[in-house]
Amino acid sequence: MRRKGVKAVPATMAGGGNNEEELSPDDEHIISASEEEDGSDDESKHAKLLEAISSLGKRKRMKRTERSEASVQVSEFSVNADGTGEKVNLSDLLGTMDKTPGAPNKTKQQLKNLQNRKETLELPLSKQQTEKIQREVAYDKSSKEVSRWETVITQNQKAEQLVFPLRQDPTGPKRMEQVVAGWKAKTPLEKEIFSLLHSNNQPIHDPLLTPAEEASIKAMSLEEAKIRQAEFRKARVLQSYYEAKARRERKIKSKKYHKLQKKAKVKAFLKQFDEMMKTDPAGALEELKKMELSRMQERMSLKHQNSGKWAKSKAIMAKYDDAARKAMQEQLEMNKQLTQKLVVPSDDDDDEERNVEEADALPDFVNDPEPILDSVNPWMRGKLTQEHSEPEVTAVATETAVETKDEGQNGQREDEEEEENEEEKLLREFERKRKLRQDEDDDLVPVPQEEKQVIPVDVAEAEEVAGENVIQISDDEDKEEEEEEVVVSEFNSLFNRLMKSSSVPPVPEQTGAEEAELLDEGLVRVRTMDDLEALQQDVVMDTTQPAPASATPAPSMETTSEPPKKKKKKKGIDPNEVLTKEAKVIKMPLAPTVVEEEEEEVHAEQTAIIKEAFAGDDVISDFLKDKRKQEKAGQAEVVDLTLPGWGEWGGVGLKPSKRKRRKFRLKAPAPPLRKDQNLPDVIISEKRNSSVANHQVSQLPFPFQNSTQFESCVRFPVGQTWNTQTTFRKLTAPKVVTKMGAIIEPMSKEDLPPVKESSGAGSGATIVLGEKVEEETKKARRRNPLQKKKKKSRQ
Amino acid sequence: MLSGMKVKVLCRNPDDYVRETTRDIQRVPRNYDPTIHPFEVSREYTRALNATKLERIFAKPFVASLDGHRDGINCLAKHAKTLSVVLSGACDGEVKIWNLSKRECMRTIQAHEGFVRGICSRFCGSSFFTVGDDKTVKQWNMEPPGRGLQEEPLNTILGKAVYTGIDHHQTEGTFATCGQTVDIWDEQRSSPIRSFSWGVDSFSCVRYNPVETELLASCASDRSIILYDMRESAPLKKIIMQLRSNTLCWNPMEAYNFTCSNEDYNLYTYDMRRLDVPVTVHMDHVSAVLDVDYSPTGKEFVSASFDKTIRIFPKNSGHSREVYHTKRMQHVICVKWSADNKYILSGSDEMNIRLWKANASEKLGLLTPREKAALNYNQKLRDKFQHHPQVRRIARHRHLPRDLFKQKRELREMKEARRRK
Repeated sequence: MRRKGVKAVPATMAGGGNNEEELSPDDEHIISASEEEDGSDDESKHAKLLEAISSLGKRKRMKRTERSEASVQVSEFSVNADGTGEKVNLSDLLGTMDKTPGAPNKTKQQLKNLQNRKETLELPLSKQQTEKIQREVAYDKSSKEVSRWETVITQNQKAEQLVFPLRQDPTGPKRMEQVVAGWKAKTPLEKEIFSLLHSNNQPIHDPLLTPAEEASIKAMSLEEAKIRQAEFRKARVLQSYYEAKARRERKIKSKKYHKLQKKAKVKAFLKQFDEMMKTDPAGALEELKKMELSRMQERMSLKHQNSGKWAKSKAIMAKYDDAARKAMQEQLEMNKQLTQKLVVPSDDDDDEERNVEEADALPDFVNDPEPILDSVNPWMRGKLTQEHSEPEVTAVATETAVETKDEGQNGQREDEEEEENEEEKLLREFERKRKLRQDEDDDLVPVPQEEKQVIPVDVAEAEEVAGENVIQISDDEDKEEEEEEVVVSEFNSLFNRLMKSSSVPPVPEQTGAEEAELLDEGLVRVRTMDDLEALQQDVVMDTTQPAPASATPAPSMETTSEPPKKKKKKKGIDPNEVLTKEAKVIKMPLAPTVVEEEEEEVHAEQTAIIKEAFAGDDVISDFLKDKRKQEKAGQAEVVDLTLPGWGEWGGVGLKPSKRKRRKFRLKAPAPPLRKDQNLPDVIISEKRNSSVANHQVSQLPFPFQNSTQFESCVRFPVGQTWNTQTTFRKLTAPKVVTKMGAIIEPMSKEDLPPVKESSGAGSGATIVLGEKVEEETKKARRRNPLQKKKKKSRQ
Repeated sequence: MLSGMKVKVLCRNPDDYVRETTRDIQRVPRNYDPTIHPFEVSREYTRALNATKLERIFAKPFVASLDGHRDGINCLAKHAKTLSVVLSGACDGEVKIWNLSKRECMRTIQAHEGFVRGICSRFCGSSFFTVGDDKTVKQWNMEPPGRGLQEEPLNTILGKAVYTGIDHHQTEGTFATCGQTVDIWDEQRSSPIRSFSWGVDSFSCVRYNPVETELLASCASDRSIILYDMRESAPLKKIIMQLRSNTLCWNPMEAYNFTCSNEDYNLYTYDMRRLDVPVTVHMDHVSAVLDVDYSPTGKEFVSASFDKTIRIFPKNSGHSREVYHTKRMQHVICVKWSADNKYILSGSDEMNIRLWKANASEKLGLLTPREKAALNYNQKLRDKFQHHPQVRRIARHRHLPRDLFKQKRELREMKEARRRK
């Protein structure tokens, strides 16, 4: 601004000066003409007059003269000032600056700078433009201000339920001054009391709150206190839960349970140790040291060496008692574990850990309940077959196969170990077969002859190996019982392959007992050729499910307790099977037997009556026929498009050529598999029913992105029939709840979330508190606007 | 031997099935086993269908008609603090104050000569303001004068031009009028404290933003909508539409959204931060839309039209969810949604104020908890199966007068034709 002023003034002054200079001769001319009027000749007079008139007629001149009056040239006293024609330079004005001592150096410097500047200033913007800019700025500001509401609004839009009015007065006790705001002392008595209070400096506006109370209110709001209380409560409850759990666990007498617990702990520790190695090597080293120490101690002592009194007593028992043997074994293992040399975690630690883990993992199986034949048990199956995920390619001799298996399982084991393992496995197999034979005695199942000849290959080898490691059998017996599943499945797959290739020569060198063993296994696997094929397919398709195949019982074995799971996988329906299928009878073991007998009688009667009543109609065969018909209808038909006589001779007795027929016979692609393919007693119609279609949704409705979403939304029932009372209430909660007779005020600024600061949590709380107080005062003000008005008028 | 035997007995605790008092509902133990309750989807579907049918059967939205005016009703206002009080101004300059619960007129004031153009209540509900064709702004006491006293306005402001609309600030003693300019007034002064104009000669409506209380919006006769800030000296922004907007209303729960009723049969919802494109265009009316008012929950709004109908739109849907009409109702000039979100008031040309239910099939009055639960369940079922064709068909069916129906079809055809080109 200053610069502008300073620069602008001299410019106009200079312009004015020039004008005056130009005008001045004319003016003199005019004046002189009027003066010489009387004393000169006519011609010259006339000319001058004309000139004067013409000059008068010119607008420009008039204007100029007018303008000249307001110029600098005319001084206040109508006397021309000195030097009017000269330009006033800034330097002239500033010259005085140097002389005046009072002027600060800074301004002097600034003025000098200004003097040096040459450019002129730009024109100020027009009014319209400035207004436009102002409007834009104001609009931006207000839209930014309005955007503060965005979070609240989106929150409300997303809310499952909105309860109006939004701001409901908090329930519970109110502070006195909130209730009696606006109350005034009116009666003389009240006035007197108040004057007394005033004189004694007692609190008047907030009579119920002492400073201490006020401080406590400021320290913690009601909500905060509630939250904190809830937290405490939760913590207390959790603690008590934990304590109760610990107490309960301590009281458990089961040794097995504690053993499991211990094992879990060890596992957890190992895991932790692993992590520690990565994150905290120092700590890990310390742990290692500890372990080293325990190893030392173990080596020094005879604690787990089976040399104590207990061990000796067990050793006596071990001959007859499995458990004792097991216990001793465990002791020895413990010793082995503890005395194992620890390797500094540099290169081989991975292997080491794996070993340790495996040592852990094995006893887990030992502790599993009921080591019966678990080929039926789906849980066992799932667990064990997972290890066989690697399919074998070569299947020439059993030994090589076993080897590859082993490699697949423990790729990183050393060769010696591998061999040992192999041997162990074979031994286990041997053991298992013996066991099977024992079971066999109970079952008394006839044995087909062909298997007899095939299986002994393995056993012969097994026997060979067995000769070497007899002691080990007795040692590992128990564990092997658990692991036998692995072997069984292995064996199965091997056997299947053998059957397929059928290149193995039969080895007939077996004793009777062993034969029985082998036959048993064979029985489990193979029934008919079809079954075998199906099995093989299964095996080829996924090797993870060989066990169920082996579990399928022969039709003659229906008396056993095993459920006939395999039936579903049959392709065709055997009507006889369907017909002879017996209804399941659920037996209540605890029901009184007398009643049962009665019921049975009644049941028999009932069935007899029904049989009599429906003697004529064969419902089941009807059903089967119906189903077959439906299946046939669903099959693709061949469309014959051949035109006789088209492109070749036609006529009676002439048939279109084979090539043509092949070309123009269109076979529709096979329809998708029927849904009831594997359900012998169900017909699922896949036709679109027009009467139902009226009630079905034809297009995917808007908010859903795929049909499954929509279907799941519809499938979930909301009614009381299917849901508990509380769930029902939650599910059917209305989206908008209003209170009867309550005015719903528009949102107000109190609903805005407080502006968060990036400081710590403690300060955040105080900020909230501050706002709370404000809110309260605002509310109080809102409640009695008249009072506020009064205050205003007083101001 | 006996000691080793275990005997299992059925054991029932009376607390589980005996009610405490005779007024309790019998406790019914339920088994939620899904095998016992099969076909849940189809059963619920049937229930939903029935619920939809019942909803349509019970849809009787018309509650009452308030008659007494001697000319068409030009403006309506709600009392700020009392639900049962409504003010109405007619074309003959008469203002009536109604009691809705008694359905009667409490007071009649001859407020202006000529039309009463605008009416609004003060935020505290102690007084109300009217503007009229006689170029005056008058403030009236909400309480009737004592016996034998004449109806006199508390304040009268004489203006230079006709005022066409008025609105009061949400919390302060200022109000805004519109006419040739948009003026902001202090209640204590007789001249406007601020006056905005932006090259237009007349405004039809001005409304304060109820949330951001310093903002205003107005509809002008040059097809524009202008935004103002009370604190600024100049208007903020202007949008020009294809046809004139008659009125507008801010969403009371969303500070930046407002909806305007337009002469081109549509309503437009705008976000004031992005004015170049409307958020939603609400179509369905077949004639100019004259008034619009938001529900206090901000979820829906109601519009009154020259085609003699009232329509209720969800705030983000392009089409209405409800249409109200009666044989006798003529062009609907003004409409209001009551502050408890339950009722709708409409004032029309044929001198009647009509009271409608906002939710056509709602049962009025107190509901027992079981009734409430049943209604909620039915509502939930309807929502769940709303996409099913049968349910939708029933739920969406509405009756329209023949001429309206024809007009609607015609409009649809025109639109189709335009689209095809």
